[in-house]
Amino acid sequence: MKTTNRALRTPGGLSVRLDVRALTVVLLLLVAALTASVVLIGTGDFPIPAADVLRTLVGDGNAGQEFIVNELRLPRVLVGLLVGASLGLGGALFQSISRNPLGSPDVLGLGQGAAAGALTVIVLFSGSANQVAVGALVGGLVTGLAIYVLAWKRGVHGYRLVLVGIGVSAIVTAVNGYLLTKSDLVDAARAVVWMTGSLDGRDWAQVWPLLGLCAVLVPLVLVNARGLRLMEMGDDVSYALGVRVERVRLLLMVAAVLLTASATAAAGPVSFVALTAPQLARRLTRSPGPNLLPSLCMGAALLVTADWASQRAFGAEQLPVGVVTGVLGGVYLLWLLVTERRAGRI
Amino acid sequence: MSTGTGVGTTAERSINSGLNNQRSTVNRLSAENVTLAYDQRVIAEQLSVEIPDNSFTVIVGPNACGKSTLLRALSRMLKPSEGRVLLDGQVIQSMPAKKVARTLGLLPQSSIAPDGITVADLVGRGRYPHQGILRQWSTEDERVVQESMRQTGVAELADRYVDELSGGQRQRVWIAMALAQQTPLLLLDEPTTYLDIQHQIDVLDLCAELHEEQGRTLVAVLHDLNHAARYATHLIALREGSVIAQGAPNDIVTAELVEEVFGLRCQVIDDPETGTPLIVPAARKARIKDAAGPESGAGAEKVAATEAS
Amino acid sequence: MLVESPPEQRAETAPAPPTRRAVRAFGLLLSVAILVLVALASIAIGAKELSLGQVWHGLFEDSGTYGDVVVAERLSRTVLGLLAGAALGLAGAVLQALTRNPLADPGLLGINAGASAAVVTAITFLGITSLSGYVWFAFFGAAAVGALVWFLGGSRGATPVRLALAGTAISAALYGYLQAVMIMDDAALGKMRFWTIGSLSAATDSVITQVLPFLLAGMVLALALARPLNAMAMGDDTAKALGANLNRTRALSMLAATVLCGAATAACGPIVFVGLMVPHVVRSFTGPDLRWILPYAAILSPVLLLGADVLGRIVARPSELQVGIVTAILGGPVFIFLVRRRRTAQL
Repeated sequence: MKTTNRALRTPGGLSVRLDVRALTVVLLLLVAALTASVVLIGTGDFPIPAADVLRTLVGDGNAGQEFIVNELRLPRVLVGLLVGASLGLGGALFQSISRNPLGSPDVLGLGQGAAAGALTVIVLFSGSANQVAVGALVGGLVTGLAIYVLAWKRGVHGYRLVLVGIGVSAIVTAVNGYLLTKSDLVDAARAVVWMTGSLDGRDWAQVWPLLGLCAVLVPLVLVNARGLRLMEMGDDVSYALGVRVERVRLLLMVAAVLLTASATAAAGPVSFVALTAPQLARRLTRSPGPNLLPSLCMGAALLVTADWASQRAFGAEQLPVGVVTGVLGGVYLLWLLVTERRAGRI
Repeated sequence: MSTGTGVGTTAERSINSGLNNQRSTVNRLSAENVTLAYDQRVIAEQLSVEIPDNSFTVIVGPNACGKSTLLRALSRMLKPSEGRVLLDGQVIQSMPAKKVARTLGLLPQSSIAPDGITVADLVGRGRYPHQGILRQWSTEDERVVQESMRQTGVAELADRYVDELSGGQRQRVWIAMALAQQTPLLLLDEPTTYLDIQHQIDVLDLCAELHEEQGRTLVAVLHDLNHAARYATHLIALREGSVIAQGAPNDIVTAELVEEVFGLRCQVIDDPETGTPLIVPAARKARIKDAAGPESGAGAEKVAATEAS
Repeated sequence: MLVESPPEQRAETAPAPPTRRAVRAFGLLLSVAILVLVALASIAIGAKELSLGQVWHGLFEDSGTYGDVVVAERLSRTVLGLLAGAALGLAGAVLQALTRNPLADPGLLGINAGASAAVVTAITFLGITSLSGYVWFAFFGAAAVGALVWFLGGSRGATPVRLALAGTAISAALYGYLQAVMIMDDAALGKMRFWTIGSLSAATDSVITQVLPFLLAGMVLALALARPLNAMAMGDDTAKALGANLNRTRALSMLAATVLCGAATAACGPIVFVGLMVPHVVRSFTGPDLRWILPYAAILSPVLLLGADVLGRIVARPSELQVGIVTAILGGPVFIFLVRRRRTAQL
């Protein structure tokens, strides 16, 4: 296949590298995510046609629609977009750092860690939604830190990172199971809904912190993306090429943990977006490397579409979006397995 | 293995020549009294090595003598627990990573070609130390990548996937990547391993060309002593973490040295093609007969037995 | 998991020197002795304190007193722990050898997910509520998923990575289903949140007799696979060169592992880590020879399982901690320690 890299150069000696195909993929995914968002805003007990949704969003709708759109549904969709984007980006970072397509935050136990924090708040303190979110954030960060510290031994090795993550994940899962059996059935039901991941009832209070965090972390991550690309060739090669391997890895891992933990705090551990988004994005761009921006857009598009699907299929507030992403993720992996087998790649 | 007196004399010789080197020139890359260790396992102690500028230096020695470890230290992959590695008079660890990467390139033994990467893309990644956020892909980058691929003979493979290539082609692609780094110093860790004989010679010819025509300083770890003797301009023989001898192959490669370093009885004759030393292992019977005598031959006998089986 | 395992130590081709064999054989005897002790402890110690006299009475002069009932319960619990522990350990060792992946465990092949999905179906849609009722569902769920993983993993050309991926994929889809059902049906949630942890506390004689034939058959099959799996440890090509029948060995290993895990999971719920950890620990002192690993795993796994069960009864008196929680909390740190100690090959 042809390489699709093009470079933009200015007379002053500046040059920017563009992967035309990846750029096209990013644009198409953005369009898909935004279209799905508009459709999702129009979906619900009071269906609103897409044209009206757009008119209301630019401030031209009637009062009733304005309330439904701006106060109820827009924040939910924004949380969906931001959570999807954070999970997609966090997943791409983890998979690239661990050099393993299964090395996603789901597998490494970050989701479980956040769930442990949230469960503690729900079961032991019967805390409010905001306290649950804080608990989840703390749980996720502590788990991420524990995995990094435990996997550290003269540098963090991709293989060891995955293994330690699996070990930590199993311990935390057991703690979660214990907390679930200790709780009464009402709390347990609330906990299970939370642990599945849901966008139900999310409002502007969740949007702003997530948006702020993404505004800081996404540029930071993208600036370091070139180092990450080189690290896929092994630590020795990238070090020889002048990448500060350990520093880049620590920085990007902290960013990935923050992204994943805050997304989980906002919507619960929505499963498999972090696992599948980077893999799907990679197949669309057909380019090696971490594909950070395409994964981010893919995550956003996936989550909003899955939320729409769960609302359409089972009625509003029936089935949390995490169930849909879980089933979709599994089916996607199976499809991957069958096609890759035909292509003889695995 | 070998007798004590032999070690003493050769070691003295090497130390003297080492000191002479240090005084006569200031070379760009050197290791001073380095102690190299993985965790608690010490590989080498108080080891000093000079890499003469514009040389094709080859490090040889038996398995596990510390040759790759030394190369890793010289390329700052491994931080010495004592002593220091100097590049252009500065401690290499203290220099900015990209600056080192513009001076000194390394082709490690283990490298991973990311899934689905093309040859041109992989070679292009060697340009990293010359790039920045706002200078991601200049015409110069483009030119150097084309040039590197041409030199290594992989230009016509530019759009192929690396995982589809044969072992020999893949090794050339990696060398092309190291070349694209455009460093005056290039370190290669066993660049000929897993290649068949014709590709081994290919790769070594390429190295010699880089050294002779472009004046780059090359440091390579090689397994094959005859290849080392033929291609190197400067040879460093290691055993158990210390330098047994160093210098031009014609000056230092002798039957005694080979026996001391590798525990192998042999003859050293002139290579009919190049006039460089050629090591011809002694016939099995001769070695067994010798081994029956003094105790020192026991090691050689074992080598003979494994080789024969 | 999709991780390259660093090259294992090569299997010894020459028979071990007699002293080493003697040490291993002695170690095996010692393990049996420890197992007997742990089994006795499992009968004697519990949330309810009984005197040794009462235990003796319950064991040998059963006359239906309160103490006798408690002892009888603990006895079936201990028997189940012995059987399930041995099954999980053997299955783990076989799977790790089959996939050449030190991380392989029943969860990896989707067996836990299959059993869980079948049980939740039984509870929600068929109204079955007793443990002995859904043993069969769990077993066939596990077996069906095992077969599906085998088929999707490429059956004849199954590679370790493909098997792991197929297992992960099917687990993902099934857990989505499981969560959906648990969210919509409180009754299922009430049952499942206990079942999915894994516990020996619901052991009854009827459960044991239901799974016993499968467990025994699986154990015999697993132990018989030691030699062919030893040959496979050195890579497919070498194994072929040594004359091993790869496809048959793979199919039989899958069968043994599925039957063992399926039956154990059916009886106790998904218990993680026993199958993963014990073979690791055993390998660290037996070396890579499966003819030793398998018997050791079969004896030491129940030691771990029963030990964890006894501990769970002691630490949380008067109630108790499920054995699945204790094994994970004990096993996790050991596992991480092993990972850290291991000299990972530079990838």
